Amino acid sequence: MDETENTAALPVEMPIPGADEIVLNMGPQHPSTHGVLRVKLKLDGERIEGSECIIGYLHRGVEKIAEHRSYQQFAPYVDRMDYVAAVSNGLGYCEAVEKLLGAEAPPRAKVVRTILTELQRIASHLLWLGTHALDIGALTPVFYCLREREEVLKIFEKYCGARLTTNAFRIGGLQYETYDGFEHDVKRFCDDFEKKVEEYEQLLTGNRIWVGRTKGIGILTGEQAIALGVTGPPLRASGVKWDIRKAMPYAAYEQYQFEIPTGQNGDTYDRYLVRMEEMRQSRRICLQAIENIPTGPIMAKVGKVLKPPPGEVYHSIEAPKGEIGYYVVSDGTVQPYRVRVRPPSFINLQAFDTMARGHLVADVVAIIGTLDIVLGEVDR
Amino acid sequence: MIQEAYFLLSKYIWQIVDGLVIVAIFPLLAGYVVLLERKVMADMQARLGPMRVGPHGLLQPLADAVKLMIKEDIIPESADRAIFWLAPVLSVFAGMLSFAAIPVGPGFLIADMNIGLLFIFAVSSMGIFGIVLGGWASNSHYSLMGALRSSAQLVSYEVAVGMAMVSGLLLAGTLSMKDIVEYQAHSGFWLVFVAPVGFVIYLIGSVAETNRAPFDLPEAESELVAGYMTEYSGFRWALYFLAEYSNMVVVGSVATTLFLGGWLRPFAGTHAMDFLDFAPPLVMLGVTGYCVYRIPKQTGWDQKFIMAIFAGICFVVTVPLAVVLAPGLAAWKAGVHGAFWFIAKVMGYVYVFLWARFTFPRYRFDQLMQVGWHYLIPLSIVNVMGVATAVVLHREAGWNPVVSIGVTLVVTMLAALWLVRAGERREQTALKSAA
Repeated sequence: MDETENTAALPVEMPIPGADEIVLNMGPQHPSTHGVLRVKLKLDGERIEGSECIIGYLHRGVEKIAEHRSYQQFAPYVDRMDYVAAVSNGLGYCEAVEKLLGAEAPPRAKVVRTILTELQRIASHLLWLGTHALDIGALTPVFYCLREREEVLKIFEKYCGARLTTNAFRIGGLQYETYDGFEHDVKRFCDDFEKKVEEYEQLLTGNRIWVGRTKGIGILTGEQAIALGVTGPPLRASGVKWDIRKAMPYAAYEQYQFEIPTGQNGDTYDRYLVRMEEMRQSRRICLQAIENIPTGPIMAKVGKVLKPPPGEVYHSIEAPKGEIGYYVVSDGTVQPYRVRVRPPSFINLQAFDTMARGHLVADVVAIIGTLDIVLGEVDR
Repeated sequence: MIQEAYFLLSKYIWQIVDGLVIVAIFPLLAGYVVLLERKVMADMQARLGPMRVGPHGLLQPLADAVKLMIKEDIIPESADRAIFWLAPVLSVFAGMLSFAAIPVGPGFLIADMNIGLLFIFAVSSMGIFGIVLGGWASNSHYSLMGALRSSAQLVSYEVAVGMAMVSGLLLAGTLSMKDIVEYQAHSGFWLVFVAPVGFVIYLIGSVAETNRAPFDLPEAESELVAGYMTEYSGFRWALYFLAEYSNMVVVGSVATTLFLGGWLRPFAGTHAMDFLDFAPPLVMLGVTGYCVYRIPKQTGWDQKFIMAIFAGICFVVTVPLAVVLAPGLAAWKAGVHGAFWFIAKVMGYVYVFLWARFTFPRYRFDQLMQVGWHYLIPLSIVNVMGVATAVVLHREAGWNPVVSIGVTLVVTMLAALWLVRAGERREQTALKSAA
């Protein structure tokens, strides 16, 4: 590594390293940085004295693209931000534009949206669990997690033909009616899933090594989390009971019973427990929702060409990784004047330095994993 | 002159043959341990593992070896070329040399040294030079950190492992590998039943010493890319790989010899259990039968042919195992069946390694040191004192051996419990002060 190049790019609070300090570059190609994240660490031995996340390797200008697409044309692009939770992203965007149009999706569409979004939350958390465990050195859970995620993706594939970037919803409702046996598939998945979560917990929750690796690591207090704008499971694990599904209900969430799990210590272990419980709660919501899917139309009358009146709107939903918000400005034409995304991964990543200081190099991977970031969303 | 050479040759002919066999077969065996690992891993992770090269991936090790040998040999520009070249060779050398003192069967060992165990201990520790030098010579941060971690780890765990060995040695009263097994044959008990705490310490310590998960920090792929091997590729990388697996087999062999009765059959002294002598040929016959059964299920004539070859190999192994059962071939039986039991035990031991690897997350470096220094080393010292007391009570005070062992074992277990409790309290306070 070229030392001069390294030190030249260091920010102000990271002066030229002394004799017993080294600067270690992790990424952008590194086995556990979850994509193309580059982390520059200043180390004293193996202890982290400072860090800097360097992002932008996956920047595609998604927000700029929006200004040259019609409202409906832009919908597939949001799937490609957080590509492991495409359905949630799509829901946020569609609802934001609906708000701008003053339209509302019919009840049936809302319930199906809720089911698919919760399945997506389970799928996203499963991928998080697998890769997080893999980072900490448990090789096996990832395969179990992907096995169950596959079931969710199969439901998506049957529903809309795509597995990953689904573009499942339309502005105003749903693009497709549910397929025959949709309820049955979801029910079967949910019935099996309870046992599967227990299986993961058996491997990890009580494991002394796992507890040792995660407890007390990357502590984020409630005040710190709020100050940094952290949302989603990391915020709840710090003891702040904030979930947009309850606070500002959207889709059909106010109809269903579910708990918001919270932690106390705000460490990696609590974030793990919160996400595990969230999967159980998502399963609970799905089971309630498929009991009674209302009949009726799946699209509101929004017209073929979407031309929202001039104005602006901010709408946010609780994505698996935190609050994903869309700020959409319309100038009355068929294309948005501006779309600004509030990506949870990007904002949660801010907390990295606070969480990592004073820990060891090995904890960096645990902290990156527990933040559950997707670089597609961080860089957009 | 010629007569002298002839004399030396005839005197050491078996040692030379044994050595050649080990050098020729060993890399292949290590390759198949890798295949075993991948298959076991696949089985635990709900997948199939290698299935393409040969039936059930049985030729995968050969394909891997060929691939690694013909890969481009890259030496980083800033590396220290001579040491970069030397380091992996040193690692493999240490791993292979240890085999000189391992008795696979009563007659099948290269050198019956009176310091056999000490020799293995010393030589296998030399492998660390390969790791440290390789990490240093690569001139990369990841490699250096991997190498430093590795050396710290080995030094810490060597103590506990050595103490665990001592607890076995106190009972056997000899360092010769052959005599240790013979002691177990005479006393009628494998040492694992007499010094179970020592065995457990050895098991944990040997996992750490071979840098296997959950102690595989030197090569923690999610933190240090590949640790000390980061800059290595092709054949040199294969040498490191070979060294790792040969170390696994070496620690397995030492554990088998010291604690698990070496080449002895289970219940070797009990004539009521003599029917176990039929187990080796029957097991191999069963494997042969399974291979034959799988022949028609293979796709393509080439796969069928390879499966048939494997069935043939298994059958060829079955024949001597069965033939030596004939009366009058008792001396041969001890050797041939001894090798079978020895390899079976080593493989069982290696299986525990694999099992642990796919079940546990990885320790962090400070935690690894804590496990070594705060738990294993004190416990191993207590254990040695306990075993020594038992030996004195038995030999000097004339206590019943079962009673003396039992009493000291209870004391050792209580000490272990106290250590764990104290450690937990310490961790709790550390956590509180951190928060």
